[in-house]
Amino acid sequence: MKKVISLVMVMALVMCLMAGCGSTNETADPTEAPAEAEAEAEVETASEGGSFYIGGIGPITGDNAIYGMAVMNGAQIAVDEINAAGGINGYTVEYKFEDDVADGETAVNAYNNLMDWGMQVLVGPTTTGSAISVSAKVYEERVFALTPSASSPDVTAGKDNMFQLCFTDPNQGSGSAVYMGANMPEAKVAVIYRNDDAYSQGIRDTFVAEAANQNLEVVYEGTFTEDTATDFSVQLTAAQAAGADLVFLPIYYQPASVILAQANAMGYAPTFFGVDGMDGILTLEGFDTSLAEGVMVLTPFSATAEDELTQNFVAEYSARYGETPNQFAADGYDCVYALKQAMENAGCTPDMSAEEICNAMVEQFTSMSFSGLTGTDMTWSAAGEVSKMPVAVMVKDGVYVTAEA
Amino acid sequence: MKLKSRKLKKTTVIDFATYIGVILAFIIMNTLKSQGMLTRSLTGQLIPICCYIVMAVSLNLTVGILGELSLGHAGFMSVGAFSGIVAAMSLQSVIPSEALRLAIALVVGAIFAAIAGTLVGIPVLRLRGDYLAIVTLAFGEIIKELINCLIIGVDEAGLHVINATGTKSVNDLGLSEAGRVLIKGAQGATGTQTIASFTAGFILIMISLVIILNLVRSRSGRAIMALRDNRIAAESVGINVTKYKMMAFVTSAALAGAAGALYGLNFSNLVATKFDFNTSILVLVFVVLGGLGNIWGSIIAATVLTILPEALRGFADYRMLIYAIVLILVMLATNNPQLKALFAKLIPVRKGENVNGQA
Repeated sequence: MKKVISLVMVMALVMCLMAGCGSTNETADPTEAPAEAEAEAEVETASEGGSFYIGGIGPITGDNAIYGMAVMNGAQIAVDEINAAGGINGYTVEYKFEDDVADGETAVNAYNNLMDWGMQVLVGPTTTGSAISVSAKVYEERVFALTPSASSPDVTAGKDNMFQLCFTDPNQGSGSAVYMGANMPEAKVAVIYRNDDAYSQGIRDTFVAEAANQNLEVVYEGTFTEDTATDFSVQLTAAQAAGADLVFLPIYYQPASVILAQANAMGYAPTFFGVDGMDGILTLEGFDTSLAEGVMVLTPFSATAEDELTQNFVAEYSARYGETPNQFAADGYDCVYALKQAMENAGCTPDMSAEEICNAMVEQFTSMSFSGLTGTDMTWSAAGEVSKMPVAVMVKDGVYVTAEA
Repeated sequence: MKLKSRKLKKTTVIDFATYIGVILAFIIMNTLKSQGMLTRSLTGQLIPICCYIVMAVSLNLTVGILGELSLGHAGFMSVGAFSGIVAAMSLQSVIPSEALRLAIALVVGAIFAAIAGTLVGIPVLRLRGDYLAIVTLAFGEIIKELINCLIIGVDEAGLHVINATGTKSVNDLGLSEAGRVLIKGAQGATGTQTIASFTAGFILIMISLVIILNLVRSRSGRAIMALRDNRIAAESVGINVTKYKMMAFVTSAALAGAAGALYGLNFSNLVATKFDFNTSILVLVFVVLGGLGNIWGSIIAATVLTILPEALRGFADYRMLIYAIVLILVMLATNNPQLKALFAKLIPVRKGENVNGQA
């Protein structure tokens, strides 16, 4: 008995250790440390008369680390740019990002930790589950929060000081259905989604509801879970047998890459249609981008856009972190600039309490319009949802191009 | 005068020391909290710590005292958490008192987890070997998948429940206008009113301690420990194996359910994947690190190991690595004969007591 227990314990410890190693390798990016050190030095020299304390929460270790890292890096670039350009209303910005492993309990701990640090405004949390847990706390304690990427309507529901910069899940689901209805009428649609994931399930629900109004026929629905995300031959065969000529994938890009590869191998070539989680598929290591040819994605951000703002951001991000930024990095960047704009309009100063800033922010966000990387003339409803136009892009010759509507 | 001459048994002294320690810790933390001397980070962790203590103490009953390995303790926590949330949220309009609703939620959570424990226990506890470990491991995974498909809503007509096969959504619940959805499948329970309190956590710990310590020191408890030490010998003196195993296992499951309900009502969002295999192992780590069969050890281990990852935030990306190293070091240190001898030298009085107690 004792032997069995000790064996299990040893296994658990080894797993802990490996998880720790994996994440540290990922995050120990040589380019990152000097950048952070520089930023800190800058803040120290420039901070006279106080700084704004902006906190961030997201997973920078564990399975979802890629999203938290992107948001953290994107926001860090924005903060450094703002500090270099003289700060907000002449005050510098201090930025601190805490890890939450995409877990609600840890996210609340991270939030409390940031409040001990003196946080005045929160950029986060990154993932939906964490955001819902933290949103109850920020509502209770009157701290303004702008989440870059938590897309469920439950995040903002009933809380006047919690705002979103990304599309909500219903927007993405019904938006996709409306787009398909307008551009691919009478398509036979198959949906493959992950039914143990809030994001995927949420988009699928609203998509199916709207598809009925758009005269789209959903001929097949296939599900998978975290544990079965390595083989999709069953779902693809069924979708093919049902005669689907359009496959809607409201999922993240890692499983999507497997689906594309397997569909190609079995000679099944429908039009694949993704949402913002699909963004990043072209930069996935070891992925043959020719497989993604013709894939359509509904996304607010494209790294190949021609405008100057995007070009500069992509160049800076690639130089610092050695990869092309995805939509999450752009969301993090936009969050900080949206806050800057609102704080400047309201004339905030660092000696204001979190609650005073919160009240000013709520007023500003519901009345202002903001243009950034992920959209122009964004406005926010009183409920905290952003209104911006999604853009359908299509992969052509390994890059995103705007799809013809 | 008679009382004075009668010396208390060593186990009784330890039990009372455990009660007093928990009460003192509660009073100190509560005073510090009301004086505003605790960091927010620590204040926020008080209720989860209470939950993990109850989890560890209850798992210790199965693993340490009954001697059966359970790898699905988080499954019982999950059952308790979601049934507790449904109870508390659906009674929102009927019972305005938060404390009463919380108490009801804890009881409902305990009952549902006890039912789950009975269902698992009836077939499995009759077997010999490590079957319980395998079945509880599977149980934890099955519960996770089941709750991932569960959609529950409430309106004036009562509860609406569907166990979706993947094709049904919230709209199929058929709720009226005033209704609200409590559990949305994979999206979990969202918008839960957070009514858990530190005082409730303390009371739950005390109740668990009273139940477990009294069970262990009773006639039944001795029968349970006899089964652990030698099943054949225990059977030969007429101890009903299945009955006593069930008694310990179901008690353990029920307490885990109550802890789960408290945990669930402390967060406004809870997903089923929170209670996965890792959480079960985490609780098992508390138990093994605190010492098998050692109740106060479990309490300390659960507290320290819950605070540790947060206290290590200063190490940023390396914190989980350091957490693992600390665990290994503690394991090595507590089993090191030289260190044990050193502690014995440092505390000679206690050593003397031990000798007397054993003699």
